[in-house]
Amino acid sequence: MRFEVYRYNPDTDAKPRMQAFDVEVERGMMLRDVLLQIKAMDESFAFRHSCGEGVCGSDGVNVNGSNRLACITPVAEFQEPVVIRPFPGRPVIRDLVVDMSDFYQQYQAVDPWLKRKDPVPEQESLQTPEQRARLDGLWECVMCGCCSTSCPSFWWNPDKFLGPQALLTAWRFLADSRDQGEEERLDALDGPYKLFRCHTIMNCVEACPKHLNPTGAIGHIRNLMLKKSV
Amino acid sequence: MTLIRKNFDVLIIGAGGAGLNAAVQLAEADLRVAVVSKVFPTRSHTVAAQGGVNAALGNVDEDKWHWHMFDTVKGSDYLGDQDAIEFMCREAIPTVYELEHQGVPFSRLDNGRIYQRPFGGQSRNFGAEQATRTCAAADRTGHAILHTLYQQNLKARSHFFTEYFAIDLLQDEEGGVTGALVMDISSGEPMILNARATLLATGGCGQVFRTTSNAHINTGDGMAMALRAGVPLQDMEFFQFHPTGVAGRGMLITEASRGEGGYLINKDGERFMERYAPTAKDLASRDVVARAIVTEVREGRGCGPRGDHVLLKVDHLGEATVAKRLPGIRETSRIFVGIDPAFEPIPVYPTAHYVMGGIPSDRFGRVVAPARHGPEEVVSGLYAAGECACVSVHGANRLGGNSLLDILVFGRLSGLDILEYLEEHPRHGQTDSASEEKAMARFQRFDREGEGIAVAELRAELQKVMEDHAGVFRTREIMQEGLEKVRAIRDKLDDVRLHDRSRTFNTARVEAFELENLVDVGMSIVTSALHRQESRGAHSRPDYPERDDRNWMRHSLYFREDDRLDYKPVRTRPLSVESFPPKARVY
Repeated sequence: MRFEVYRYNPDTDAKPRMQAFDVEVERGMMLRDVLLQIKAMDESFAFRHSCGEGVCGSDGVNVNGSNRLACITPVAEFQEPVVIRPFPGRPVIRDLVVDMSDFYQQYQAVDPWLKRKDPVPEQESLQTPEQRARLDGLWECVMCGCCSTSCPSFWWNPDKFLGPQALLTAWRFLADSRDQGEEERLDALDGPYKLFRCHTIMNCVEACPKHLNPTGAIGHIRNLMLKKSV
Repeated sequence: MTLIRKNFDVLIIGAGGAGLNAAVQLAEADLRVAVVSKVFPTRSHTVAAQGGVNAALGNVDEDKWHWHMFDTVKGSDYLGDQDAIEFMCREAIPTVYELEHQGVPFSRLDNGRIYQRPFGGQSRNFGAEQATRTCAAADRTGHAILHTLYQQNLKARSHFFTEYFAIDLLQDEEGGVTGALVMDISSGEPMILNARATLLATGGCGQVFRTTSNAHINTGDGMAMALRAGVPLQDMEFFQFHPTGVAGRGMLITEASRGEGGYLINKDGERFMERYAPTAKDLASRDVVARAIVTEVREGRGCGPRGDHVLLKVDHLGEATVAKRLPGIRETSRIFVGIDPAFEPIPVYPTAHYVMGGIPSDRFGRVVAPARHGPEEVVSGLYAAGECACVSVHGANRLGGNSLLDILVFGRLSGLDILEYLEEHPRHGQTDSASEEKAMARFQRFDREGEGIAVAELRAELQKVMEDHAGVFRTREIMQEGLEKVRAIRDKLDDVRLHDRSRTFNTARVEAFELENLVDVGMSIVTSALHRQESRGAHSRPDYPERDDRNWMRHSLYFREDDRLDYKPVRTRPLSVESFPPKARVY
């Protein structure tokens, strides 16, 4: 099978180029297996990867136009040639490795930790299975970045629009029955950019390899804000 | 090349559960903490832990830390240190409550308390009925915990050096540790990080084997750094093969699948664990279940066209339970095997999973090694916690759910002990220039030009040798051959050359350093294993089938210099309760 891979090494290349590799594909092979075979042919090929089973979130790439986690993407489903590029809209460090600083900064900007005002109990705080179930589909995010880097609003304003990942995280804490920071969280999300630059394009939902729904989370935050303002 | 130097109070190498739990203690105390991680922190392998964390909360059935302690001592095949085990089992309870307060989204019982499930090797009343002790967030407990700890560190403003690779420890003239030489992966530039205390929390080394549940990053970096600094590695012959890896691929199918009521069958549809562990059956200890599966396959009762695996059934639990309690393994099975475990059994076979051994440390996280006055003298300024350390709470076999517990309890305690250590050591130590030159030489050695062996080729060779010669069953012949082969691979390291010597994000260079670490760790495993002439826990020798407490109830210590072995006694005295003397281990 033919793969065309984005190559750029700032030490040696004046500009990026595409390079073709032919890889023998076996049944059940994932895209990461292909990247590893390419690496075996050409040691200078750089990409991130680690767990190999979709839980660490390291190996997000753009393949035939969509953002995917390479290790859980079967190769069989693709049309040739398979075009593999780094995430769109991010500065390229080398080959498929991009600079994700903005993405991490936006995550940090939503205060991604539980805020409590009451003193903590001696044992666990109680939470009913129903209250806990509200967090399902929110806490499983692996921070791979597939969603935010496929979002046009994040491409234009990565420093001002929080992007789908950070907003999913914001809702993860707003939805937690143990969290007592609702007011300050909502205040911090107010304004024209941070939350409201979401135009419901829904690229994030399509891109999420964990089948999470950032657009839905953003809708929940908007509703809550509306409810608070009236 | 300009060599950047920075000073911190504490240097933590590794940002998994142990490193992050230590870091948060120190950052909250307003110390200058540097956390060095070769990946973004939430990519650390703690994220992959599935089943849960043990604590005798008693949320489902009555439970006591003392019973948890008994199970852990027995599970360790009496090689675990009982003072450390008592400490860990007592600390488990406040540790889990603290995690909950920090925001971990544990699954819940109807009464609002943390959900707990049964796991292998757990009992009530010192070996009687099955206990229900493992606290879980579905089957993604490690993910829940790691992300929460990272968030706590953001809140406490720890200083992260993300995508920096630690090359070697730096030492003063007396061997005390003064920091480390690290490399910024994205620029390829070296940097000296000086610290008054250094914590190694670099995790495991499963990549030394070909089929493993471990991530690509688990290459034993901290263990090898310790070895090169003259510190031995303890009990490295004890490597856990998790019974249920995806057959032929190695990714983990959590023990929680059996805890929720799943069971194993052979090609005749027989629940074969009844023959190997009449009482505990599928929830016997991991070493017992792994040996049973390998035996079934060897004796011709394996499943599939090649008869090379067995089947794990959870389909009788019903789709709702699988969806609620085991969503992660359902996803893994669908993606990698193409089956839905809610309706079909999963093909499984043991996979290299966890190293019980590691850098010898005491229960305060301090690294200890034989020196002038005894077998456990503190190495000044050096701490170790998590899978890279050997406290030892797992002895010869680790119980499921005790790994997350180990990293959390001893990570936290290392942080607290470092606080005290720093009060007594207000000034930075003076790095010996020879130590710095040695580390720099190692850093530069892959700049050498010319043709040679490729990293990937030699790594594959090592992984194959380790799999063939240090697997579930080990005889003298097999291991002797393995030792010679690993030694030959070590000799070839000198001929490794990089074709790509550029500076920017050179992953080939990182993998070359990792390969050196894997080879050092591999040597420690085969050397220690060859010399232990008994069967205990995960170390199973058909030529010495019995446990030999008289000669072998002691810890192995492997030194890199001359591949020397030494031994030290097991600590059989707990802190406050009676000792559990060795007994025959039946499940």
